[in-house]
Amino acid sequence: MKQTTVDAIKDHPRYQELVCSRKCFAWNLTVIMLAIYYGFILVIAFAPKLLGTPISPGAVTTVGIPVGIIIILSAFILTGIYVSKANGKFDELTKAIREDLQA
Amino acid sequence: MKRFATWGVLFALLTPFMIVAAPALSGAVEQQSMNMTAIYMFIAFVAGTLGITYWAAKRTRSASDFYTAGGGITGFQNGLAIAGDYMSAASFLGISGLVFASGYDGLIYSIGFLVGWPIIMFLIAEQIRNLGKFTFADVSSYRFGQTQVRTMAAVSSLVVVAFYLIAQMVGAGKLIQLLFGLDYWIAVVIVGVLMMVYVIFGGMTATTWVQIIKAVLLLCGATFMAVAALNHFNFSPEEMFRQAVEISPKGDAIMAPGSLVTDPINAISLGLALMFGTAGLPHILMRFFTVPDAKEARKSVFYATGFIGYFYILTFIIGFAAIVLLAQHPEFFKPEALAADGTVIKAQLVSGINGGTNMVAIHLAEAVGGNLFLGFISAVAFATILAVVSGLTLAGASAISHDLYASVIARGRSNETTEIRVSKFATFGLGLVAIGLGIAFESQNVAFMVGLAFAIAASANFPVLVASIFWSKMTTRGALIGGFAGLISAVVLTIMSKAVWGDVLGNVGADGKPVGLIFLNNPAIISIPISFVCIWLFSILDSSDRAKIDRAAFDAQRIRCETGIGAEGASGH
Repeated sequence: MKQTTVDAIKDHPRYQELVCSRKCFAWNLTVIMLAIYYGFILVIAFAPKLLGTPISPGAVTTVGIPVGIIIILSAFILTGIYVSKANGKFDELTKAIREDLQA
Repeated sequence: MKRFATWGVLFALLTPFMIVAAPALSGAVEQQSMNMTAIYMFIAFVAGTLGITYWAAKRTRSASDFYTAGGGITGFQNGLAIAGDYMSAASFLGISGLVFASGYDGLIYSIGFLVGWPIIMFLIAEQIRNLGKFTFADVSSYRFGQTQVRTMAAVSSLVVVAFYLIAQMVGAGKLIQLLFGLDYWIAVVIVGVLMMVYVIFGGMTATTWVQIIKAVLLLCGATFMAVAALNHFNFSPEEMFRQAVEISPKGDAIMAPGSLVTDPINAISLGLALMFGTAGLPHILMRFFTVPDAKEARKSVFYATGFIGYFYILTFIIGFAAIVLLAQHPEFFKPEALAADGTVIKAQLVSGINGGTNMVAIHLAEAVGGNLFLGFISAVAFATILAVVSGLTLAGASAISHDLYASVIARGRSNETTEIRVSKFATFGLGLVAIGLGIAFESQNVAFMVGLAFAIAASANFPVLVASIFWSKMTTRGALIGGFAGLISAVVLTIMSKAVWGDVLGNVGADGKPVGLIFLNNPAIISIPISFVCIWLFSILDSSDRAKIDRAAFDAQRIRCETGIGAEGASGH
């Protein structure tokens, strides 16, 4: 890539918008995922009885079962949220930058 | 000491792709009589995949065809293939076995394996697709001194691949011996030869399709098993849990976290290795170059996360249902586990099972689907091993041909034809080495090897990759020292751990039990920070001319990384 192209893209307002919004979005989702997972690990380490509580009086199923399933689902949902935003908004911004460069 | 022992067993059981868990390794594997249904089904699978390899071979001409299937795999197909790489025979057999033995702890491990995927998605998937061409070293060396950083990345890739392959080959030999009644060495040779054929002739196209077919077979088989098992409980999980608690020797303890509780540091360290190790495995990262662009790369992680999550929920159901259903089948237990009236003794439910807890899913297949379904699941387990070793070998061969040969030895002056030829020879060589080491390590304890592979991937590959993508001030020297520091500290700390120092090297404590020099079972909690600190320290202290080039190149790299501009030609199509 030529230095002039680099400078042109770097100063492009859409590029700055893309970099900034993607960075915030990706790191926020990363922090959410890490918080969910390590929150779970810390509960296991320090308050395991919490996960062993029955979901209702007399039930055998414990709170830990739905919590585990929800964490698995949350991993899937978070990746889904990222894909929908990236394949929509981020790709539109990228396309706009490319079109401006060719113009 | 007890908690270390429990941890060792847990770890061995659960490390992905580990069929070589402690019970199977410590004693002689009892060879089964030939299972003809399983053998016919496996022959059908091999015939089908060889047909695909023939078709793929005709399409494989350029280097891009060989390494990345020409970049022509869709996001959905790649998602299945990634899931296939991850849903190994061992996560299937090992995790369902762990759920059978310990209940809820199995779910904790499944979650650890899964949560690396969102991180891959958010931080590296599309960046890798935009920056790289054939190997992840393309990405981590993008703006750095090629010779040094590529050599480092190739070395750590090969170390990861080597440990993984040995563990896989030994596990494959044992499992096939158990399932099909073949001799150990014959099983290892069959796996090695088929893997060489797939990779040498069909390259990434054949490897990908073998992986996709296997993933579909495994998902269908596991779904059938879980549904058939739930049918016994009128599709009520509460009813399944209630009966399992009654039958399990651990009682209601299987419904809550168990042995992980005592040791948060080890829990976190293993969590780090699983989460970030996934993001540093060369054969997984290579998958992102098989799709045409960043959009498809993202989709493939999304589908893969869905398939893997679904698969772990199935293994959880399978493990719990097995507690109840296998107890009704005394034929799956050793004679000493049975009471005088022929029923299974409660205390012997876990320890008395034929072939150890790794065989739980296989026995359940027979219990719910008869001999035909047993044959199907056995054949799928064999296919799974083949698919995973093929992907590993291709990743190792490309580290040799694309990184070491084309970029370091020939310094970019080689042509495509020579590079492909080198990678085919490398595949052949790796295949021979894998067969040789597989046979040599038959009676060795290799349980630590996959854990080590994950730790190296998390401590050497992942930090260099992430820092090179996101940190503008990183330099060649920082990458080189940081990468090697992660690699060496992961290896040294693993040698000092109980799994190697005690179990393999035979050092025992005052009570006669194996001991380690450190209490950590997985080095990640120390070795990952060591790598990042070295990258940071040696980069900021670096005032060489090379460092100026490295830093100046960041903007261009960042633009290509964010927008994909300049990456179009990456796939060569």
